[in-house]
Amino acid sequence: MGNKRKTILKLSAAVAGMYLFSFLLVPLYDVFCDITGLNGKVAQSTNAESSISVEGREISLQFISHNNAGMPWVFKPSKKVSKIKTGTLYEATFYAKNTTDKMMTGRAVNSVAPSNAKDYIKKIECFCFAEGIELMPGEEILLPIKMVVDNELPKNIKNIVLSYTIFDSNIEHSITMDHDSDLAGS
Amino acid sequence: MSAVIENHHDDHHHGPAKGLKRWFYTTNHKDIGTLYLWFSFAMFLIGGAMAMIIRAELFQPGMQIVEPEFYNQMITLHGLIMIFGGVMPAFVGLANWLVPMMIGAPDMALPRMNNLSFWILPFAFFILLSSLFMEGGAPNFGWTFYAPLSTTYAPPSTTFFIFSVHIMGASSIMGSINVIVTIMNMRAPGMGLMKMPLFVWSWLITAYLLIAVMPVLAGAVTMMLMDIHFGTSFFNAAGGGDPVLFQHIFWFFGHPEVYIMILPAFGIVSHIIETFSRKQLFGYSSMVWAMLSIAILSFVVWAHHMFTVGMPLAAELFFMWSTMLIAVPTGVKVFNWIATMFRGSITFETPMLFACAFVVLFTLGGFSGLMLAITPADFQYHDTYFVVAHFHYVLVPGAIFSIMAAVYYWIPKWTGNMYDERLGKLHFWLSFVGVNVTFFPQHFIGLAGMPRRVPDYALQFADWNMVSTAGAFLFGFSQVFFLFIVIKTVVGGKKATAQVWEGARGLEWTVDSPAPYHTFTTPPKVS
Repeated sequence: MGNKRKTILKLSAAVAGMYLFSFLLVPLYDVFCDITGLNGKVAQSTNAESSISVEGREISLQFISHNNAGMPWVFKPSKKVSKIKTGTLYEATFYAKNTTDKMMTGRAVNSVAPSNAKDYIKKIECFCFAEGIELMPGEEILLPIKMVVDNELPKNIKNIVLSYTIFDSNIEHSITMDHDSDLAGS
Repeated sequence: MSAVIENHHDDHHHGPAKGLKRWFYTTNHKDIGTLYLWFSFAMFLIGGAMAMIIRAELFQPGMQIVEPEFYNQMITLHGLIMIFGGVMPAFVGLANWLVPMMIGAPDMALPRMNNLSFWILPFAFFILLSSLFMEGGAPNFGWTFYAPLSTTYAPPSTTFFIFSVHIMGASSIMGSINVIVTIMNMRAPGMGLMKMPLFVWSWLITAYLLIAVMPVLAGAVTMMLMDIHFGTSFFNAAGGGDPVLFQHIFWFFGHPEVYIMILPAFGIVSHIIETFSRKQLFGYSSMVWAMLSIAILSFVVWAHHMFTVGMPLAAELFFMWSTMLIAVPTGVKVFNWIATMFRGSITFETPMLFACAFVVLFTLGGFSGLMLAITPADFQYHDTYFVVAHFHYVLVPGAIFSIMAAVYYWIPKWTGNMYDERLGKLHFWLSFVGVNVTFFPQHFIGLAGMPRRVPDYALQFADWNMVSTAGAFLFGFSQVFFLFIVIKTVVGGKKATAQVWEGARGLEWTVDSPAPYHTFTTPPKVS
């Protein structure tokens, strides 16, 4: 029968390959989500200007904000619902305030519903593209969004919801600690 | 390897070493098979005791026996121990005992690695179980350990959990390499691939699945480890990661894992039905192709576990259809088993009773799986007791019944003694009634909306939960009875013949009962 050593080597290579593949899934997932819009994240648009053309139909644009667990900032859209026209440049702001007495770095993650609207939203500027938003103790800021909704937006979409969740970039360990002390106390 | 060669030179040293050393140093496939089987039995009883705690708490609405935190630890450990400690080592034990004897090989291809892959397992489970006594308690995030529950919000013992999963993975990978190398290189002359017994085929496919997905599980827990301790953000949105990525990686491992726990059962049941129907198995090659297609399809269905996390319509349709497609090869297998029984001269000894119950109840679990595959319906069923009922139907009267059937079927070959047929039948009926009383009502409470992983529930679910708990205790205590039957058979009993069963075919039935310590040191001829 066959050569044992050869079979063992091939199988070991397969094991190593699959281990590497599991890490390769991380970038693959990002690429896949980017192509399909699976997780509803809108990336920065490079050709947004081309979407600015004739004024199209009116749609309703709704902004919602969430604070991730343990994030003490005030974080909210300046205006919750707007009627906008497709094909025109739209500017909005979010208000953020660091309510603590420490300097903190936040990070906003965006999502859009319905997810098939994602390809028609062209963001020129968004605070959600920043890796981190640094605020001094008590500092307030108005965070900008500049965007265009393309005229090609499917007819059945009349409302678009843009959701932003603000995370504390360095809280990991303190959350874990709090959680432990909760358990110990119970 | 070396042990076998030495024995050619020294005919006086045939038997095993004496005392405990035999078990620590052994490289004999039969000894290691026995170790695996006893280990999995111990884990089955420990995981079962945890199930009893869970069911006792759910006997009535309200909090009676345990704290919610402890309840969460119980469901997590119950799942992990039954999967990685109960079902998987039991199948590896059966593979160790049977694969070399079925293909006419003297031992496994890599006997020293075989010893290592068993002996790291008790340490893995010692580490996992010891986390119960650590500050903050054992892992409490469910056996699927979704991030961020298992990273940001996890108890400190999670690091030990990760380490133990790494050890279990290493053990499984070594075990599968051993099985594949044995099957590919050590078959008796004349035994072509399409002449291999189906249990050997099922394990060959299972071993390839393990090699493909256990490293992915290792990768997933490594990423968790790095997120917890080294400041990476694989699954942490604040750092640019995505918790949904965890679910994709986990189920990319998790779905093939489900078939890892059922394919060897298909092999076992095929042998038993063939033997007690006293007929050749119907559709051998279609059985092989069905198992291969199930294995391949298992890699493209994973997202049906996560329909509700949000996916484009096209993806939901793809995962729904690919999942339903699996029903086709599975249906081929079920019809082949029935066709094998058709016009056979059937007798219902204990292994056959378990095998028949397997066919019926596993199919039932398959049907509830089909219901769950329907995406819009799954939005309703997701994370309810209906899911719990579904996977317990495929795992308990599926995988575990097949293991019990295998024990009754081959124990005369292992010990040289027949088990007590009356007690075996009693054990079967207690288990059969117990399993159905436990899990069938869970379909009802699931469809009525009871969520899984809760220690307390709304009043309208009280009656069926009470029934389910009664069934669970019946099933649980029947397994202590099973332990008694196994010990009784090991100690003594009616002597078994070499063939044991009238209709038994295959090389393992050509050697004496109990099987000598070394078998097929010269390869048999297979025509």
